[in-house]
This record gives sequence, structure tokens and C-alpha cells, in this order.
Amino acid sequence: MLEEMRLDENIVLMGEEVGYYQGAYKVTQGLLEEFGSDRVVDTPIAEAGFAGIGIGAAMVGLRPIIEFMTWNFSFVAFDQIVQNAAKLYQMSAGQLQVPIVFRGPNGAAKQVSSQHSHAVEAFYTHVPGLWVCAPATPRDAKGLLKAAIRDNNPVIFLEGETLYGIKGEVPEVEEDEIIPIGKAAVAREGTDATIVTWGSPYYTSLAAAERLAGAGIECEIIDMRSLRPLDMETVLQSVRKTNRCVVVHEHWPYAGPGAEIVDGIQRDAMDHLDAPILRVTGQDVPMPYATNLEENVLPTEARVEEAVKQVCYRQ
Amino acid sequence: MRRPSIFLREGIPTAIRPDGTLDRTHAPDISTERKRELYVAMLRTRVIDGRLERLQRQGRIGFHIGSLGEEASILGSAMAMGAQDWIFPCYREFGALLSRGFPLQSYVDNMFANANDIVKGRQMPDHYTSRAHRFGSVSSPIGTQISQAVGFAWAAKLKRDPITVAVYFGDGATSSHDFHTGLNFAGVYGAPVLFLCRNNQWAISLPSNEQTASQNFAEKASSYGVAAKRCDGNDVLATYHTITEALGYIQREKKPMMIEMLTYRMGGHSTSDDPRAYRVDDEVDRWAKTDPLVRMRRHLEHLGGWNETDESEAKQAVEQELSQCIERAEAAPPPELDTMFDDVYQTRPPHLQQQASQLIHGPRAVDPHLR
Ligand SMILES: Cc1ncc(C[n+]2csc(CCOP(=O)(O)OP(=O)(O)O)c2C)c(N)n1
Ligand SMILES: [Mg+2]
Repeated sequence: MLEEMRLDENIVLMGEEVGYYQGAYKVTQGLLEEFGSDRVVDTPIAEAGFAGIGIGAAMVGLRPIIEFMTWNFSFVAFDQIVQNAAKLYQMSAGQLQVPIVFRGPNGAAKQVSSQHSHAVEAFYTHVPGLWVCAPATPRDAKGLLKAAIRDNNPVIFLEGETLYGIKGEVPEVEEDEIIPIGKAAVAREGTDATIVTWGSPYYTSLAAAERLAGAGIECEIIDMRSLRPLDMETVLQSVRKTNRCVVVHEHWPYAGPGAEIVDGIQRDAMDHLDAPILRVTGQDVPMPYATNLEENVLPTEARVEEAVKQVCYRQ
Repeated sequence: MRRPSIFLREGIPTAIRPDGTLDRTHAPDISTERKRELYVAMLRTRVIDGRLERLQRQGRIGFHIGSLGEEASILGSAMAMGAQDWIFPCYREFGALLSRGFPLQSYVDNMFANANDIVKGRQMPDHYTSRAHRFGSVSSPIGTQISQAVGFAWAAKLKRDPITVAVYFGDGATSSHDFHTGLNFAGVYGAPVLFLCRNNQWAISLPSNEQTASQNFAEKASSYGVAAKRCDGNDVLATYHTITEALGYIQREKKPMMIEMLTYRMGGHSTSDDPRAYRVDDEVDRWAKTDPLVRMRRHLEHLGGWNETDESEAKQAVEQELSQCIERAEAAPPPELDTMFDDVYQTRPPHLQQQASQLIHGPRAVDPHLR
């Protein structure tokens, strides 16, 4: 954000705790000091309000970044995002552009229970007019966010709440690396089974893949990075090679991008499949708080490992 | 970067004078015994807050959201209500719940999310519900309880149930649409709701003067045709008095009312927050001088109804009770795994039966063709 805000003074950042507090996760550290309170705006507690303010400001040429303290609170702004940001360009037949980024932490953090733990991708990927990004690595987070800020469509940017502490190389300013929206990455090469994932469960999948390698199963991991548009080509290429697939995600099992990916594979790679595709998902319940329960709601290494063994018909 | 919260307190009457004497026009006519109960309830709340904060620092519980400095607004209002009245809480009102006789053990079990927890380990600490104590569910998204309380009160009115529904919310919540919807509907339907705005002058790091351009929060109600008053939320007797009168008005006139209780959040927003990063120290020091416990204690001492021995005995009693509760809560087992599939629906549907069975017996146990 810092780099983009230096390049383009139309970029403004709005949200709760983004200014003086420097972000609930310190994501906006130093921004108020550098850009002042006209461009880094602490808002009253009204997500629908500042989402609408952002959409209005975008119509006249600002490029707002709207931060939700967490995506859980975006539901208050659902109407503005779904009914307005996503459709204004279409409804006005191109007369009103809404270049806006909605971003914030997504998914379960540790022990924040039912109303604070949503992985919201299933809600927003459903909506035509929105792009949806869900990076897992620091490098992708940076490159994709730059792409999102420069894109003229409204973008939903999901930052895994448990991933803020992950360290990794990111390119320098001069490199100006842009990761295109809608391009998946082969994060680990393998021959025996494909794991398709994104966001926090990417790390669970990586760990499971290491354990499976010990058992002689080499997994290929596809990190989707964006969920709308979906890069099915990269997924299909991998599945045609491995002939087996497990989709791992945090959101509830019923519908959503996880099911969408399975649908795409069965349609375009049916003849390559040696086993039914399995999914490892969050359990179909509101998130409980107690550690022993929460651990068993989220996709675990053990569950991923087991699912991969199942598609490989191994004990 | 730090800044103050600049909010006006002019024209708000107090009951307890600095020397401990009383301005009777703004004080309730209650016995010294009742006053002691009010004070002890505040003291108990403060002792519990202190202990829970320590438990969180030690990593024994995950979270606590306390009420340091806001005890008078919470207990002065809750204890003025009738047993038949309902409370829809915000999230800082555990003191109100305990004052209704909710067992401390149950509260502590909730903090530890153990098998005895009344909400079965599903909710974060301080997110309790107790229907038996006419105490609604703590909701994390800001403001949602406000319109729900209005609906609850409206239905009670239709059923000719003579109750008042009190709903707590913070100054920050007055920006939520539920606040505006709630006031509007309550005004139109004449719902017996007592809107309790706990103005502690901060919404995490946002001071009240950046939350609103209004002079105060009470004046917002008048545009919805809802009567409103401000009271000194750090004066438990002034609060108790204002609430008693408001409850009378609501039942007599069959109309809602809003009370803005002006107080101050002495601590962090929750155990996840350190306010020294964003607010100025002298503001905190200034408000510390209006500490609601100190003021009420001075009044009780003036009446000859409290002394040093009473104070240490009362504190010790709470500490002891707490220690026992914590010991029991820590020794209790966690909730059974299978319980996470309960109460999603009133009866467990087949797809959840399947998930439960897969979780507990392993995925291959139920899907024979994958073996
Ligand atoms: C819809 C929504 N947005 C944001 C939050 C994050 N949040 C939790 S508490 C809080 C501040 C609330 O302030 P106030 O209403 O004054 O109550 P106080 O905490 O001061 O008692 C915020 C912004 C939330 N819980 N829900
Ligand atoms: Mg507040």
C-alpha cells in the first residue's frame, strides 16, 4: 500500500483503526504519519457507511482501499459491495467506474469463535463484477495487492488472519512486481496427487505434503492465489498429470470456490481421474471457541494426509 | 501518535459530592443496605476484572473484555431494573449478569470454555447468554443487539407483558445502522425499550468527537422522537436514580427512552489492546479522579456504612470465591467433540450426522467404497 500510495495520490485508505492505531494487525503502520488524515482515514463504526463512501469516492476518480477490521464485519456492508460496487459499472453501462479494493483479515484466527472466524470467499466469489484474491505468501500478497489497487474493477482482497506473521522474500520497490489477478501457482511439484488450495490451508497442505513424501507419495500443490477468476488451466494441467486431486479449503463445504473447482475438474478432466476428488474443508458448523473443538473444525494436516491417501487408495 | 477524547460533560447532574455527601435531587431514595449492595457489586466486578486480566496474561484464558472505570454505569443501571425486565448486553456487562444471580462458577466456566460452560465452549470468553436470568446473547458485530431488543420489546408489548427491555451499547455503536433503525422503530412502535449508551469516550482508538459531530449522543434520540437524558455514569447513585425514573417513564408513557451514561474506559479496549499507544496520559489521570468506586465508598463512609475492614473482607471474599471457581473450571474437561454438531439445527440433520461420524470414527468408516 505504501508503495502504491506514493505513486498515486488518488489512493486513499479508510477503515476502523487504520490511522492512529496503525491497523488492528499493524498492517497500516506509518501510513497516517506519511500521508496524513485526508488519505488515511479512521472511520466511525459503520462498515456499510464507509463502504458506500468509498464507492461514491471511487466514482469521481479516487481509488479507495477499504479495510475491514476483519472480513467478518463486511457483512454489514454486504449490500454496498454486492448490490452496488459489483454492479454499478454494468448497471450504468460503463458510465460509472468503481476502482476500489476491499481488504482485511479473513478466516479463523486462533480462538475467536462463531462470529469472528468466517472464511468469506464463498460469499464473494458468487458475485459477478467482483474479483477475489486470496494470497498465501508474502510475495503474492504484495504483487497481488498492487494488481488489485491498479485494477479498475472492484476487488475483494482476503488476507489470511493467521498469515500476518509469515515471513518471506518480497521484491524491491524498483522491481514493481505485479502478480496478475487470476493466475494460480504451482507451489510444489509432484507426480502422485494434486492438492488445490489457497490462503491459510496452503501451509497445512505444504506440511501434509512433506509428511506424505515420507510415505512415498509426491503431491503437487496448486496455490490458486485468486478465486475469481479461477485459473482452471493450471489445475487441469496438474490433474491430467497426477490423475488424483484433493481440494483443501477453510470455508464451509456447502458450495463456494471449493465445489466450483471440483466441478471444473470433473467436466474437463473426467477421463484423467483415477479416484473421486475429495475435499478437506471446515466442518459445516459455526466455529466453536474451545481449542479441542476448533482444531477439529479446521482442515488439519492429518485430514489432508488421510484424504490424499484415500485418493491414492493407500492405507 | 496520540490524541485526547474531547467530549463535553457540562450540565450532567451528579448525586455524590466530592466530600461524600449527597445531592438528594439526583439521588435515589434507597437504604444504606441497598447502597452497600451496589458498592459491593462494583467492587466484585473490579476484583474479577483484575484477576481475569492476570489469567489472560498468564495464558490461562484467551481473552477478557473488562469494565474498569465503567462499573457504576453498568451496575447502577442493571441493579435499578426489575427482575422481570430483560437485558440485551453489549460485551462489557458481566457485572450486570452476575448482579442477577448468575453463578460466578458459570461465568468462569465460560472463560475457560469447558464442558460445563453454559454455551458449550462455542463462544469467546465474555460471550455468555442466560435465558434464566433474562439476559440475551452477547453479539460480536457492533450494534446488532439494539434492533433485536426493540423487536423483543415490541413483541412483549403485543403480548401485554409489562416488561422493559434494556439494551446496552457503546458510544461507537451509535454509528451502526442498528442504532438508528432501533431508535426509529422503537419510536414508531412505542416499544418499551431502555436504550443504554455506555459512553466511555473511546471506541478502541477512536475518540467520541471523531465518532460523531453531535454535541452528545443523547441528542441523536430526539430526532427519532425518543426521549433522552444524560447522566453521570461514574456516579452509581445518579445512574441508579436516572434509570429508575426512565423505567417509570417507559411503563407509564408506553414509550422508549435513551440514557447516555457518561463514563470513561480506564483500561484497554480488551486484553488485546494497549491504549498507551493512542491516547494521552493526563486524560486517563484526570478520569481516574472520578473513579466510581472511590466516590461511592466515600459516600458510604460518610454514612458510617463502610470501613477499612469491610473493604478488605469484601475483597477477600470475592478473591476466595474466584480462586475456587478458577480451580474447578481448570480441572473440568473440555467439551465433547461430538457436541460441536449440536444446536446448529434443532435436530441434527443427516449431513451433520455423517460429518460427526467421520470426525469421530475416521473418514473411511462411513464411506465403504473408498476403503
Ligand atoms: C460491525 C463491527 N465492526 C467492527 C468491530 C470491531 N470492534 C469491536 S469493539 C469496537 C469498538 C466499539 O466501541 P464502543 O461501541 O464505543 O464500545 P466500547 O468498546 O467502548 O464499550 C470495534 C470497532 C465489530 N465488533 N463489529
Ligand atoms: Mg466506547
